[in-house]
Amino acid sequence: MNKLLLAALVSGAMAVPAFAADYTIMAPAAPGGGWDQTARSIQEALTAEGISGNVQVTNVPGAGGTIGLAQFATQDSGNANALIVGGYVMVGAILTNASPVTLDNITPIARLIGESDVIVVPANSELQSMDDLVAKLKADPGSVSWAGGSAGGVDHIIAGLVAKAVGVDPTQVNYIAYSGGGEALAAVLGGQVTVGISGYGEFESQIAAGELRALAMSGENEMDGIPTLSETGVDVTVENWRMIAAAPDITDEQKAAITADIKKMAESATWKSILETKGWVDMYLDGDAFDTQLDADIASTTTVLKDIGLVQ
Amino acid sequence: MDTFGLLAAGFAAALQWQNLIYAFIGVTLGTAVGVLPGIGPALTVALLLPVTYRLDPAGSLIMFAGIYYGGMYGGSTTSILLNTPGESASIVTALEGNKMARKGRGGPALATAAIGSFVAGLIATLAMAFVAPWLVRIAISFGPADYFALMVLAFVTVSAAFGDSALRGVTALFIGLGLGVIGIDLQTGQARLAFGIPDLLDGIEVTTLAVALFAIGETLVVAAARGSLDDEVVAVKGSVWMTLEDWKRSWPAWLRGTLIGFPIGAMPAGGAEIGTFFSYAAERRLTKHPEEFGNGAIEGVAGPEAANNASAAGTLMPLLTLGLPTTATAAIMLAGFQQFGLQPGPLLFTNNAPLVWALIASLLVANFMLLVLNLPLIGLWVRLLTVPKPWLYAGILLFATLGTLGANGAMSGNLFGIRFSFELMMLLGFGILGFVLRRFGYPIAPVVIGLILGPLSEQQLRRALAISQGDPLVLIQSPLAISLYVIAAAAVLIPLWFRLRGKGEVFSQLAADED
Repeated sequence: MNKLLLAALVSGAMAVPAFAADYTIMAPAAPGGGWDQTARSIQEALTAEGISGNVQVTNVPGAGGTIGLAQFATQDSGNANALIVGGYVMVGAILTNASPVTLDNITPIARLIGESDVIVVPANSELQSMDDLVAKLKADPGSVSWAGGSAGGVDHIIAGLVAKAVGVDPTQVNYIAYSGGGEALAAVLGGQVTVGISGYGEFESQIAAGELRALAMSGENEMDGIPTLSETGVDVTVENWRMIAAAPDITDEQKAAITADIKKMAESATWKSILETKGWVDMYLDGDAFDTQLDADIASTTTVLKDIGLVQ
Repeated sequence: MDTFGLLAAGFAAALQWQNLIYAFIGVTLGTAVGVLPGIGPALTVALLLPVTYRLDPAGSLIMFAGIYYGGMYGGSTTSILLNTPGESASIVTALEGNKMARKGRGGPALATAAIGSFVAGLIATLAMAFVAPWLVRIAISFGPADYFALMVLAFVTVSAAFGDSALRGVTALFIGLGLGVIGIDLQTGQARLAFGIPDLLDGIEVTTLAVALFAIGETLVVAAARGSLDDEVVAVKGSVWMTLEDWKRSWPAWLRGTLIGFPIGAMPAGGAEIGTFFSYAAERRLTKHPEEFGNGAIEGVAGPEAANNASAAGTLMPLLTLGLPTTATAAIMLAGFQQFGLQPGPLLFTNNAPLVWALIASLLVANFMLLVLNLPLIGLWVRLLTVPKPWLYAGILLFATLGTLGANGAMSGNLFGIRFSFELMMLLGFGILGFVLRRFGYPIAPVVIGLILGPLSEQQLRRALAISQGDPLVLIQSPLAISLYVIAAAAVLIPLWFRLRGKGEVFSQLAADED
């Protein structure tokens, strides 16, 4: 009897590291948005694959994720079960909001997915190609109104980078901020603005239906026959990526264990099928390569936000 | 197949017995979660969405529709009974609904809300099925200048509808407008009036302000007034059901509310609650019982509730035909659709016709199910009011606090090393503001309306001016905008004209209005 109990205890103790921690994932955004969907997809994949027995998602919305970030960094310090979803938008928001808590205050684990922005015009627009848009922009920057997400977000940053790349003063970009890609879509469809710029997913079905004409993708790869910005002669490459990070002050062993769990999840069949249905591009990158990439992104974003005039 | 054939096929799918059970479960879950304070329809749907994943697409959509309608109805129940609106769209319902409940007419208030929601949902869902592609074209032709004109109309009609004194109404409105400026400016990304407090960067949450002013403010007033706690509360006076008179007064309000709410919901710039404001203003102007407004007029519940439900169906139009989520709830629904590989957008009706029509049929079935489930429960709900007053108000305080913490429980405040919930401190602070406003006879609703309409109108004005590169003439160039301004001018001038014609007594009335 005692032996049996001991065996159960031992096997139980051994099962604990194998059947890793219960995770809590913070989505620093309201339910329904991109980060929330990412967090809930990670939750689904981690549990479906048996990597974690119990995963909770919490929402802390606000200010481009910086409210959630600040709360995460202070309250979950040293907690190896706490994860937070973040992304490129957070990099910009930290800078424009002068957030006291930055990505240096948490432990980035891995970049998971990415989405390319697309530049579109209404089907009846006089602009046929990126060349036409560049010519109009050079002639009178103010006459090109760009509809996209909030000021200082990835859409705004790309518009600024495009202007800079073709030799137009980025502060002259006439950027009209909408509270999301959906509202921007309505403004483009209604012919209220010259061009729209937002995530490919926001405009995809309208492009397929021929209501919008896609001029260029911001990412590295062309998609559905839409050329990349570099292919059209505008030297800009930006992907709107999303990542997962852990709490500050965790040990190297804990970080390695979390990274292993996330890597296992990112390679799982469940995760692949989620990416398929959501239309997300796998951009998995972890370890030193991710840290280097992150630093480069932060540096280039700081430069462009200064150029646009949003950060002093 | 023509539209009717497709709809019939949709019903055939929705009415299978297991799907009816899913609708029943959805409505029950939605109502149960929706009555919890601080949990609006968006969060209800987000929390319960995973429940639907295990089902086949048709069953899942049906349960989903049930959750959606259930969540919305649950929200109005707490607004009416406890004066704690869980979302901005039920703020107006609380105005007259809670007054009715206090007078023992909670039963008819809940009934007119439920039946009005059903009627509006029925008409709006059918209308959506038939006119969606056409109406959406008109809705997206609304430019920033037109939206701004619509906001001007809203300001003019709505501020005239609240309170008896124009000066006090406008003062309250400006408090709301001032609060609306707080937070990160969308167009420039710069923080305004946030004083370095991160919690203020996203502005002030409308529901926090509304619950504070309505529920906390009133609790303080009751607590401060000697003897008011001893008043006898009458839970049911007369019938718990609607009388013939109630029906006569409700049905035109339902129809008007539907007519107002549906097109506003279809507009892709958000602000679905604006329909409820317009509806309230219209009912107040058209009523034969003006003396009852502010004291529990049934039209003031019937119209806005119908407008709310009609605009909810309206928001499905840009979602289904353009893939355009205009509310938080719609954004979560979009995520739900994608689960089944449905891509809302212009091709949805052609590519996935059976599923879309099954969804439309399920909305109608869920709507009906909600009515059947909830009407018998009304008698039970109003019992809540027989709770002795000190307990009732303690309960209201508890629910308001829990709701605020539930919506945003971040312990982000920090004073001398003590961590506290900043949102809760705002709730209490605004509660005191609500007490002061009530104490000195200022109306509460314009504060909340200012907070909602202020930022919307500011963004549209600045977008219009940015697109025109600073030319103010853009504001009066579209025929739509001009018509809206003409209606707004008429709304101000016609009552003045009637007053001036009436001479003597009307002048004294005017003077009394000015306080």
